[in-house]
Amino acid sequence: MSFLILISNLMVPLIFVFIIFYGYSKKVEIYDVFVEGAKDGLKTVLQILPTLIGLMVSVGILRASGALSLLEKCVSPIADAIGYPKETVPLTFMRLISSSASTGILLDLYKTFGPDSFIGRFVSVMMSSTETIAYTMSIYFISVKITKTRYTLHGAIFANIAGVIASLWISNLLWGS
Amino acid sequence: MLNYLWGGMILIGIAVAAFTGKMPDVTNAAIDSSKEAVTTCITMTGILSMWTGLMKIAETSGLIKILSKKMAPFLKFLFLQIPKNHKALDYISTNIIANIFGLGWAATPAGINAMEEMQKLNHNKKYASRSMCMFMIFNMSSLQIICVNLIAYRTQYNSANPSEIIGPGLFATFVSTVAGILFVKIVERWKYK
Repeated sequence: MSFLILISNLMVPLIFVFIIFYGYSKKVEIYDVFVEGAKDGLKTVLQILPTLIGLMVSVGILRASGALSLLEKCVSPIADAIGYPKETVPLTFMRLISSSASTGILLDLYKTFGPDSFIGRFVSVMMSSTETIAYTMSIYFISVKITKTRYTLHGAIFANIAGVIASLWISNLLWGS
Repeated sequence: MLNYLWGGMILIGIAVAAFTGKMPDVTNAAIDSSKEAVTTCITMTGILSMWTGLMKIAETSGLIKILSKKMAPFLKFLFLQIPKNHKALDYISTNIIANIFGLGWAATPAGINAMEEMQKLNHNKKYASRSMCMFMIFNMSSLQIICVNLIAYRTQYNSANPSEIIGPGLFATFVSTVAGILFVKIVERWKYK
């Protein structure tokens, strides 16, 4: 398992070194290109900001009103029985439906429990190994006017459930009490 | 959909607050959350721009293109119905590589091109072809090796080691992708025998 920690620590530096050397070998003016590319990051953030404001407000209200803890209480019998952290149930479902709404819930969990708590770590791993199905399916299939998607949805849900189970398993192994 | 989701969450929250007597908390939460969204985005601006800058070097130097080419043998195994050297395969590999490196803006156009090319090969234009199902499920099984956004969010909430989730995330991503491929392969064997 220390191997996974090693990857975590080395991944970003390795990508830096690899890309910089590759850039040199192709005689790319890497700094100029970097600055140009960094502007894209600014644009992306500007696109995210308004949706994040909207959804963090709605999730914030849901949390402050006590509605989220109510929901957690409702799902706790089932979640406890299968060993699933009940606080993360709303996020798990929202993840499939909306990327921005799930980000709102994710940030709420970070704020409430801390990113280094078990819940914080588990949801981090889960978010990185799952994908928003509803949005992706609609843009791709609408673009070619396909209405019968056959087993696509089943397969996507299956893959995502596998990702969630794997996340829980590895989180328990690494950080479980 | 978000129109209902967003409004619904706020209305439910306020309705529950009316019962629990937490109206003042709701007001504060609305104000604090909007402030927090901005500070989160400021943290994210730095990390995300660093990443997009780095990826621009990878793109300009032709690294992304070479990696896409290296995908070819693997794609042959996944997309048996697409003829060799067909354009669809180029778009699919570009989409996959872009997804792996978290280049969402490059992934979506290539993905749509891939769908259009696969639609040309498709016999029944209303039904998704086998290749399309494989592509979509593979795509939605999550491919990204580093979620830069997540690291930014973790940094914003004072994680001691924001990047510690990369390795475990990679493992879970691998599991979900393999599960997606297996699902398609099994369904295909069962449907097209």
